[in-house]
Amino acid sequence: MRETAVGQPLLSVKNLHAWYGESHILHGAEFEIYPGEVVTLLGRNGAGKTTTLKSIMGIVPKRTGSIIFEGTELIDLPSNRIARLGIAFCPEERGIFASLDVEENLLLPPQVKNGGLTVDQIFELFPNLKERLRSQGTKLSGGEQQMLAIARILRTGAQLLLLDEPTEGLAPVIIQQIGATIRRLKERGFTILLVEQNFRFASTLADRHYVMEHGRIIDMIPNAHLAANMDKLHDYLGV
Amino acid sequence: MFELLGISPQALFGQLLIGLINGSFYAMLSLGLAVIFGMLNIINFTHGAQYMIGAFVAWYALQYFGLNYWWSLLIAPIVVGAFGIVLERTMLQRLYKLDHLYGLLLTFGIALILQGFFLNEFGSSGLPYPIPPSLQGGQNLGFMFLPNYRAWVIVFSLVVCLVTWYLIERTKLGSYLRAATENPTLVQAFGINVPRMITLTYGFGVGLAALAGVLAAPIYRVNPLMGADLIIVVFAVVVIGGMGSILGSVVTGFALGIIEGLTKVFYPEASNTVIFVIMAIVLLLKPAGLFGRTA
Ligand SMILES: Nc1ncnc2c1ncn2[C@@H]1O[C@H](COP(=O)(O)OP(=O)(O)OP(=O)(O)O)[C@@H](O)[C@H]1O
Ligand SMILES: [Mg+2]
Repeated sequence: MRETAVGQPLLSVKNLHAWYGESHILHGAEFEIYPGEVVTLLGRNGAGKTTTLKSIMGIVPKRTGSIIFEGTELIDLPSNRIARLGIAFCPEERGIFASLDVEENLLLPPQVKNGGLTVDQIFELFPNLKERLRSQGTKLSGGEQQMLAIARILRTGAQLLLLDEPTEGLAPVIIQQIGATIRRLKERGFTILLVEQNFRFASTLADRHYVMEHGRIIDMIPNAHLAANMDKLHDYLGV
Repeated sequence: MFELLGISPQALFGQLLIGLINGSFYAMLSLGLAVIFGMLNIINFTHGAQYMIGAFVAWYALQYFGLNYWWSLLIAPIVVGAFGIVLERTMLQRLYKLDHLYGLLLTFGIALILQGFFLNEFGSSGLPYPIPPSLQGGQNLGFMFLPNYRAWVIVFSLVVCLVTWYLIERTKLGSYLRAATENPTLVQAFGINVPRMITLTYGFGVGLAALAGVLAAPIYRVNPLMGADLIIVVFAVVVIGGMGSILGSVVTGFALGIIEGLTKVFYPEASNTVIFVIMAIVLLLKPAGLFGRTA
C-alpha cells in the first residue's frame, strides 16, 4: 500500500460547506483522493461524513466551495450529471427499492462509462444475489441488501465509489465478505471513499484515513502510521 | 330467474354495458391520476378539464382540418399532453416540495379557468361528434344488442390500461418510474434525469385523459362540463382503489362501473350515490384504499 500519493488527485475537495435548511453542517472540509486509493472518512456520529458524500454526489440542498473530479468542477452540477462523470454512491440506508425485484434493482443504475463489471462478474462476487433475482428487493436480508446496494453501482463503470458505512449492523462473516469485495475492487483499480465507524475494519483496506469533526477534516493518517497514532485516533473517535 | 326478480334480461345487460362503458372511462382517468400522483405527488384536479379538451381537440380537428376520429386518437393526446408539459414546466414544478394541498389548489384553479373558457366559447349544450363510419351499427347477440362503437370503447380502453400497466410494471423504463416514485433523489444520483422524467410522466397521464376524451366524444356530446361531471366520480374511484396504485385504479374503475350499472337495475334510487357509499366504507375500513400501500 502506498503511503503518500503522487500525481494528480482524482477528487479534490476544497473549502466545502453544506447546509440542510438553516443548519450549517460542513464548515470548509478539504481533502484529496488519488486514483486507485481506498480512503476512509472516520469521525463520530454527526461529524458530517454522510453529508460529505452527499455533497460530492450533489444531493444536499445547498453546498459551496469546490469539488473537482478529473478536472471538472462539480459544485454547481445536478446529481445526474455528476453520476454521468463516473461517481457512484452507495447510501448508508442502502436505498434498495421495494417496488423493484432484485434484478431490477441491480440493473437500475445506467451504465455511465466503459469498464464496469459485467453481471456475471458481479454474481461471482455476490453469489447470493443470483439465487434471489426474482425476490422483492427489500425482502433480502440486511447483508444481502448491502451487497445488492454495492453490486448495482459496480456495473455502471463509475471509477469513484462512495460507500457509506457498508458494514453497519452486519454480522462478522458478512463484514468479512464485504471487506474482501472492497479489496478485489481496489485490485481492479476502483477508487473508493469509504465512510466507516469501525476503523479496525477500515485499517485492513485503506491507504489513508481522514478524520472528520464538526464538519471539518481535522487530521489525515496514512494507514502505515495507524498503529503509532492509535491514542490520537481513540481520542478523536471517543472509543 | 329474470322473471323471478322482475327484471328483463335486456335491462340487465343494457345496464351492464353502460356500466362497462363508464368503467372504461373511470379506469382510464383514474389510471392517469394514479400515474401522475405516484411521480409528482400532485392530485391533478385539471384531469377532467384535460379529458374535456381531448374531446374538443377531436371535434376541432374534424370540423376545421377534416381529420377523422382515428387521427384524433393520435393527435389529441399529443396536443393535450404537450399542453400538460408546459403546465408542469412553468407551474406545477414549483410545488413539489410543498404540501399536496397546493398542487390540488393550483390544478383545481386551472381546471376552472379552462372550463370557463370553453363554456364561454361553446356554451353548455354541447356539440355532436359522429361515430366513425367503420364503427357504426352493432351486433345482435341474441340476449341484447351490442353497438359496435361501445364494444370498441371497452376493448380499446382495456388494452390501453393493460399496456400502461405493462409499461410501468414490467419494463426497464417502468423500473425507473417505480424507483423514482420511491426515492427520486437516489434515482437521480444514479445519473437519471428525474425532473425530465417527471415532466414526461405528467404529459403521459394528461395524454391518457385526452385519449379518454376522444373515446367519449361520440358517446356523450362534446361539452365543456363533461369532465367536471365525471371527475368527481373518478376521484372516488381513486380513493377506493388506493392513491398511486396502477393495477388498483384499473380494476377498481371497471368494477365500480359495473357495480353502478347493476345498482341501476336493482335499486335505481341509489345508482348516483353507490360509489360514494362504497368510498365511505372503504375509507373507514381501509384508509389507504383497496390496493393502496400504506406509506
Ligand atoms: N436531512 C437533514 N436535515 C437536517 N439535519 C441533518 C440532515 N441530515 C443530517 N443532518 C445533521 O447533520 C449533521 C451531520 O450529519 P451526517 O449524517 O453527515 O453525520 P455522519 O457523520 O454521517 O454521522 P453518522 O456516523 O451518525 O452517520 C448531524 O448533526 C445531523 O443531525
Ligand atoms: Mg452517516
